[in-house]
Order: sequence, then structure tokens, then C-alpha cells
Amino acid sequence: MTTVPAVPNVTPKGDAILQARGIVKRFGHVEALRGADFDAYAGEVTALIGDNGAGKSTLVKILSGVYAATSGQMTVDGKPVSFASPSDAHAIGIETVYQDLSVCPDLSPSANMFMGREALRPGLLGRLGFLDNPTMRRESAVAFQKLKVALKDMDAPIASLSGGQRQSVAICRAAMWAKRVVFMDEPTAALGVVQTARTLDLIRRIRDTGVAVVLISHNMRDVIQVADTVEVLRLGRRIASMRNTGITVPDLVGAMTGALDAVAEPGEQGVAA
Amino acid sequence: MSEADEKAATAAVPASPAAASATIIGGAGLSSRQVQIRSVIQAIGMLPVLIILAIAFHYLGEGRFLTGQNLSIVAQQAAINCVLGAGMTFVILTGGIDLSVGSMLAASAMSALIVSLVPGFGLLGVPAALLTGLFFGLLNGSLVAFAGLPPFIVTLGSLTAVRGLARLMGSDSTIFNPDLSFAAIGNATIPITSGFGIPVLAIIALVVIVASWFVLRRTVLGVWIYAVGGNPAAARLSGIKVWRILLFVYAVSGLLAGLGGVMSAARLFAANGLQLGQSYELDAIAAVILGGTSFVGGIGSIWGTLIGALIIAVLSNGLTLLGVSDIWQFIVKGLVIIGAVALDRARLQGNART
Repeated sequence: MTTVPAVPNVTPKGDAILQARGIVKRFGHVEALRGADFDAYAGEVTALIGDNGAGKSTLVKILSGVYAATSGQMTVDGKPVSFASPSDAHAIGIETVYQDLSVCPDLSPSANMFMGREALRPGLLGRLGFLDNPTMRRESAVAFQKLKVALKDMDAPIASLSGGQRQSVAICRAAMWAKRVVFMDEPTAALGVVQTARTLDLIRRIRDTGVAVVLISHNMRDVIQVADTVEVLRLGRRIASMRNTGITVPDLVGAMTGALDAVAEPGEQGVAA
Repeated sequence: MSEADEKAATAAVPASPAAASATIIGGAGLSSRQVQIRSVIQAIGMLPVLIILAIAFHYLGEGRFLTGQNLSIVAQQAAINCVLGAGMTFVILTGGIDLSVGSMLAASAMSALIVSLVPGFGLLGVPAALLTGLFFGLLNGSLVAFAGLPPFIVTLGSLTAVRGLARLMGSDSTIFNPDLSFAAIGNATIPITSGFGIPVLAIIALVVIVASWFVLRRTVLGVWIYAVGGNPAAARLSGIKVWRILLFVYAVSGLLAGLGGVMSAARLFAANGLQLGQSYELDAIAAVILGGTSFVGGIGSIWGTLIGALIIAVLSNGLTLLGVSDIWQFIVKGLVIIGAVALDRARLQGNART
């Protein structure tokens, strides 16, 4: 079994920065996750794929602190963690780009970048809640520049930007705050060809800063383009974990739908490329 | 897609409608000048309507509208609605509504007059009114923030209940105080030139608008108000305590209704629980909507509300000046509100982006 290339538990670069084991999540009688495992590595893109209802979104919500798991363990840098809220996950450097982007239309890009974590003026004014807009604008500009995102207007409400630019803001926000992991839920689902290419570039640049990027996607071509590792969920369990070396779209679809069950044993085994 | 394909795609004409909106690439998007013009148009909003109305009334009224004296009256007429509209702007920005401001104003005015009759402590009528408004506002806010009830239902209830309380406070009669110690608030004018002065009421309204602008655009609280209205889920996920914001905006609306109560008590030297502030909530909502603030929350500006309140006051004043009957004033005002908002909607749709 261990001789098969690209099998689970082949640690690509040392230990996983984020590791989940045996995650179970029940909503009433529905069991969305039935002992799912997950690993993400620093400086790598990990794609999380699976058919509708496989439990991808639920898993990501648990890993980013939105839901609490019914049972199971999570470790970050080898230390056990548990999140009561997304703020707990933020505190240890885990950020998420949600599918709806989670931006507020009438606020400027920099106000959106700092939403919930605003910089305040020093002294009494700060204690009264006065914003330090110059600092936020400057730090946002640095974050945009670092990821080579060019915005036309840093002060216009974000509603006046194009869909692609809005998404760049949401992604830069996550990248600016994330010290360890960035989750991205279907970042290319609503985008055209050109914007998709740019977003994938952005993902690579974030990966190159050394954080772990977790990409949830339905688009197998995107996954093959950017992922270093692909984790496949089916019916609430991790069914395969593959290094992206020569895998093809049919391999991924096969793993997702179970067509390759004859080749690889579910829950145990990866898929040979 | 390979590296080369990407470059080709970048160079090619965008193939899908979604790609067509990509503005970051090359010069395909708007120039920064266009963006600037657009944001200026958005900021001034209904100002042209206000100016056109003022000029039209001036000519139709044979030069009687744009005089110092008449403008000072317009400012006075707009003041209370401006203050209520400011509170309403906070509430509507979070996606809520406060139907109870007229009733809270009546109850606050009753408090103001009752306390003003206490010998030696007449001035305490002002804080009494403010606290009355704040109390009812906090009550509304608690029901919305903690019980999770829909704002429309909560404030529809308090519209009725607080009106009843206001009548109860004065045993359903009018309370007079001819020696009102804070009457200056409602009647004094700060002279600028002979024949023209700025009414204190208008100054209060302006101070409220400027203070609201500071809170909304310069403090964390303001950003959170826009966040809660613009994307409640995002606000919650980014750690904003949504209940605090909701409590705050209804409290502000109540407090400003209390201030409105002080202003109208001071103006009239009297308060009547049954009649005072009837349907003021509708004028306040109209001012906010005319000002371009979105009913679903998250988008809007306090300056728009100021302009909206001025449009309503100009309409009332101008139509009266022209001798239009009260009945027709209602009809015209209603149609102008609908027409102005329809125009605004059309303008914004022209600017809509994907």
C-alpha cells in the first residue's frame, strides 16, 4: 500500500500546519460529516473537492470557526485547538474568503479590509472610536501592492467596483490577516475566463508568501492548475488525498463520484495517478 | 489553461459578459475621472431637485420664495423633520425602520412640558424629554436586538402604545406653559443681517446632521452600522456584535425623537399627546428615502437626508405660498416623493455594475 505513489499520509513539506482528524458534524438527524480528516501545508495550495453534499462547506465552516464540530480533533502547528467563533480562528491566523465575498457595498476597500478590526486614532479620539483612516488606507495599499492588485479608487464605495475587483479586495483582506491558513470557497464560480486566470494567479502569490491556501472548487481544471495536494470528500469522509503530479480531470471526477472505488479502498487509500 | 493561454485570454476581447466587467486589465474600464464624476453624482443625489424646486417656486410665487425671511421659515419647518430623519437614517442603514418616532416625540414633548411646570426646575424639561425618547428607543432596540422581532412589527406596536402613553401622561388634554424656560430653543433667531437670521431650531438640526456624519463616517460605530446593514452575515463573521449596533441605532432614533419633542414643545409652548407628531414618522422616512438611502440597508448618507428633509419643507412652504390647498399639497407631495425616487432609481440603474 505504501508503495503506491501519491497516497495519503505522504507529508509533502514536513507536518501539516492545519490538521483535522475524525471530524463529525450532525445537524439534527443529518450527519454532514462522518469522521472527516483534513491536512493543509504551509506554502502549498490544498484543493478540497467533492460532489454536492459531500460536506466541503461544512468542513470549512468547522475549520474556520463558524460551526463547532460534534466531535473530532483539530491541531494547528501540532497544537490542539478549538474555535468558539470565527474570531478565535482569526486570532491564530486562519482567514476565509466566502463565496458571497462578505464585503459591505457602501464602504471603501480599506474599510472592508479592516472590517471588525479597525485601526483607531491614538489617544482620546481613538478611545471615542475615531477611525485612523490614513493608516488603514496605507496598510491596505501595501497589502494590494504585495499581491499585485491594482484598484482604480481606494476611496470609492466597493459597490462601484467590478465583480472581479470586489473579489480581489476580499482575497487581499484574507491574505493580509492570515498568518497560517486562507480558505477560499469557490473563488472562481462567478468569474469569467480572464478574471479566473487572475484569481488563480492571486492564489499562487498568496501561497508563495508561505501560508497554506485551501481552495474549495467545483472546477477541476482550476484545481489541477493550482493545487499541490487534492483532498477528496465523499459522503462526509475524506476518500483520497493526492499529490498533484500528473493527475487528470477524470481521476478527480472518479474519486469524487466513487467510480474508482474498485481501484482504491474508500477512507483508506488514495488514487494512483 | 497554460501560462500562454492566460496571456492570450488577457489580450483577447473578453468572451463572457462577466469578463466584460473586468476593469483592472489594461484600460478597458472606467478612467479615474469617470469614477470621480460618478461618485460626485452619487453624493449630490437629490440636490438638483431641491434647487429646481426652489427656483420654480420663486418664479411661480412672484419672487416671494427666495427671500431671507422665507428661507428662515423653511429652515425652521425642516428642522424637526431633519432631526427625526437623522435618527431614521441610522435605523434604515441597518436595514430596519422606526415607525414610532412621531409617538416618541409626542411622549417626550409631554415629559418636557410636565417637568417644565415644576417651579424652579423648568429647565429639567429638556433632559426629561431626551431621557423619555432614549427610554422608548432602547425598548424598541432591545426587542429588535435581543428578541429578534422584525423592526416593522416592533415599532408599529410602539407607534400605537407610546401614542397611548403620551395621551395618558397629560390625561388626554393639552398641557400649556406660557413661561417655558427653554422657549428660546424653538423661537430664538440668531440675527445675521437685518431681516434675516438663522433660527436656533435650524442650528440644532445642522449640529445633529454634522454629528451624525461624524459618527457614521469617522468612527468605528459608523463603519459597523454600514456593515450590519450592508451584509449582516459578513458583519457577524468579522466579529462585529450585531446586537449592540441594533440597540444603538434604535436608541439614537429614540434620543433624537426626544430632541424633536423638546424642539416642538419649545416652539409651541404646549404639547398634546393625541395630535403632536402625528405621521411625523412618514415625513422622516420620506426624507431618508429622498436622500437616496437604500431601504434594504447598508447604503446611504446623512447629507442625503438633510436634502430630503429640505425638499419636503420647500414643497410645503412653496405650495402654501402659491395658495395651493392643503388637500392638493398632500397629493403633490406624495407624487413628488414617488417621482423623485423613481428618477433616482433610474439614474442608479444606469450606473449599475455587476
